[in-house]
Amino acid sequence: MSPEVQNAPAQSAPAQAAPAQTTYREAVRAAIREALLKDSRVFLMGEDVGRYGGCYAVSKGLLQEFGPERIRDTPLSESAFVGAGIGAAMGGMRPIVEVMTVNFSLLALDQIVNNAATIRHMSGGQFGVPVVIRMATGAGRQLAAQHSHSLEGWYAHVPGLKVLAPATLEDARGMLLTALADPDPVLIFEHVMLYNMTGELPPTAGAVPIDKAAIRRPGRDVSLITYGGNLFKTLEAAATLAREGIEAEVLDLRSLRPLDEKTILASVSRTRRAVIVDEGWRSGSLAAEVSARIMEGAFWELDAPVGRVCSAEVPVPYPRHLEEAALPQPAGIVAAAKATLGRS
Amino acid sequence: MPSLGADMEAGTLVEWLKKPGDAVHRGDIIAVVETQKGAIEIEVFETGVVSEILVQPGTKVPVGQPLAQISAPGEAVKPPPAAVAPARPAIPEKPRAPAPPLPLSAPTVAGEARRRVSPAARKLAAERGIDLAGLKGSGPGGAVISNDVAAATRKPPAARKPGLDLAEMRKAIGAAMARSKREIPHYYLGTTIDLSRALAFLERTNAGRTPDRRIMIGAVLIKTVALALRRAPTFNGFFQNGSFAPSKAIHVGVAVALRGGGLVAPAIHDTDSLSLDDLMAATRDLVERSRSGRLRGSEMTDPTITLTSLGERGVDSVVGVIFPPQVAIVGFGRPALRPWVVEGRVEPRQVLQASLAADHRVSDGHAGALFLADIDRMLQEPDKL
Repeated sequence: MSPEVQNAPAQSAPAQAAPAQTTYREAVRAAIREALLKDSRVFLMGEDVGRYGGCYAVSKGLLQEFGPERIRDTPLSESAFVGAGIGAAMGGMRPIVEVMTVNFSLLALDQIVNNAATIRHMSGGQFGVPVVIRMATGAGRQLAAQHSHSLEGWYAHVPGLKVLAPATLEDARGMLLTALADPDPVLIFEHVMLYNMTGELPPTAGAVPIDKAAIRRPGRDVSLITYGGNLFKTLEAAATLAREGIEAEVLDLRSLRPLDEKTILASVSRTRRAVIVDEGWRSGSLAAEVSARIMEGAFWELDAPVGRVCSAEVPVPYPRHLEEAALPQPAGIVAAAKATLGRS
Repeated sequence: MPSLGADMEAGTLVEWLKKPGDAVHRGDIIAVVETQKGAIEIEVFETGVVSEILVQPGTKVPVGQPLAQISAPGEAVKPPPAAVAPARPAIPEKPRAPAPPLPLSAPTVAGEARRRVSPAARKLAAERGIDLAGLKGSGPGGAVISNDVAAATRKPPAARKPGLDLAEMRKAIGAAMARSKREIPHYYLGTTIDLSRALAFLERTNAGRTPDRRIMIGAVLIKTVALALRRAPTFNGFFQNGSFAPSKAIHVGVAVALRGGGLVAPAIHDTDSLSLDDLMAATRDLVERSRSGRLRGSEMTDPTITLTSLGERGVDSVVGVIFPPQVAIVGFGRPALRPWVVEGRVEPRQVLQASLAADHRVSDGHAGALFLADIDRMLQEPDKL
């Protein structure tokens, strides 16, 4: 155990205060810190996570606090360091592997899909891969097509993986701890537009369940189903709808695999209408899967075809106005919700 | 139109739950009929396909008149009117001109002739027997949605829904009871039963159960009567056309008082073979449906004996009037704490007055006494129920 750990208690003291103003970024960092402090098997590994503090500044300060053995800068090879994380997990460690963006994780797709997801099954249960892989996802920062896509739906296709999308400060703070306790690989997708989000987090904030969807706003007229960065656009749309007398229910999936089908079907059965908001492309999207589950499980409860608001089927453009036009926006969500009610 | 009571001459068909082309199985509920005793759900006794509806909702027809035509499976089905296409045309029909586009970019499949009706609306309409054809749609693209069906259900408040007509029911009860007193030579027996063992048994059984799973004494009494009837066949059956036909099955009819007056005594089918838990559930269900006016035809016509229990109303005893064509009615009063002599000592005991009114054309007091004594004996061994 590295000596730096001894600094920890002094630095964690401020967290004892009443609900503190914090950001999503700080909430993720607090979760990583708590994990590092609690469990000597936990370490963080990825590109620029050490000296640079992480490309989204999530791990800033952690190298100084925990030292280079536990905050490890890696070469620019996703396949290599994700593979190393998988190996470490099989060997008894609890690695947190950070990948800069989901676009880059495609270089490690082989490690994630062919190794992490399969070893439990192929070894007849003899080996498990308790690795947590965090990565940024989504667009909105004008980072162009190679840094802006939302491919979490692809991972949600793969048995053997759990896929999480924390959208709130509580979930940013709490999902990592539950994911680390899981005996199998868990992928956590942090939307790039959430890192600067501010809010209050009680000092008691900690591990949260990762298997349930959450109703973020109750309503009776239409279910708006979303996750991650689009939760807030959807809540904004719900507020607009409320001014026109339409009470939308906003459901945050939280877990993309497994899907909390029970909560989805219960909500849709109440409202009889659903619109799915997903920053992925519409064809073959997670929104398609949720829509199919609704058809299978709640067809006879529906009063309108299920609607989807997804990204335009183009590589995410660089210019701001085109980027905005390509992504789901509150106005589009409002229009889709109204369409299910036969209103315009 | 089935006969749903000894004195029923006609009934009004209020609602069809099946439409031409629907498959039906023996026992399915296919229609609702309004009688003097309220709205009764009608079961079908055949398996097949509804080929034609002969009586439209709102029509009053005499008992015995056919309501619908049912074809046996495999029999050629007369094509129902309206535009129900054959199930599988040999050559797929060419899709007609597409309907105006939906606000949602969904590709349109349905032809213009087909009503746009949401799945939820279809389900609700089927449940309530509403004809979708006359409904105006308020959903996307003018689709009929569940709210439209719900609104249509609310519109005609009169006669449509169960709505018990208490004056009519009073007439029906009066007719049946007058006939009973006119035709049936009643004889009456009574006994007082020590209920303490049965109550102690219930206390043991219910310990640790949540209120909704507790068994009440009423269920124990129903079960006891049903089991005692196995050895007393002359109290279980019907006296019709001058002779008594004992019933092999034991369907105890349980008298249920309705709020606002009136009374029905629907059957708990095969009462003797049900566990106490099942009986409890069946009783709850029956009481609830009796009060909402949703009983099935068979429940009205099948009771082979009636049990009336007025203990809850605070009386010590009740002696009933037989409901023809049945031949007996058992009555229970209120379990009450009374001084009771047990082995030469006076002890406080919970006791219950039981009565039997029976048809002298079928049985004598001797058999009735044995029947009541059997009920008493069984209540002393509640573990065997």
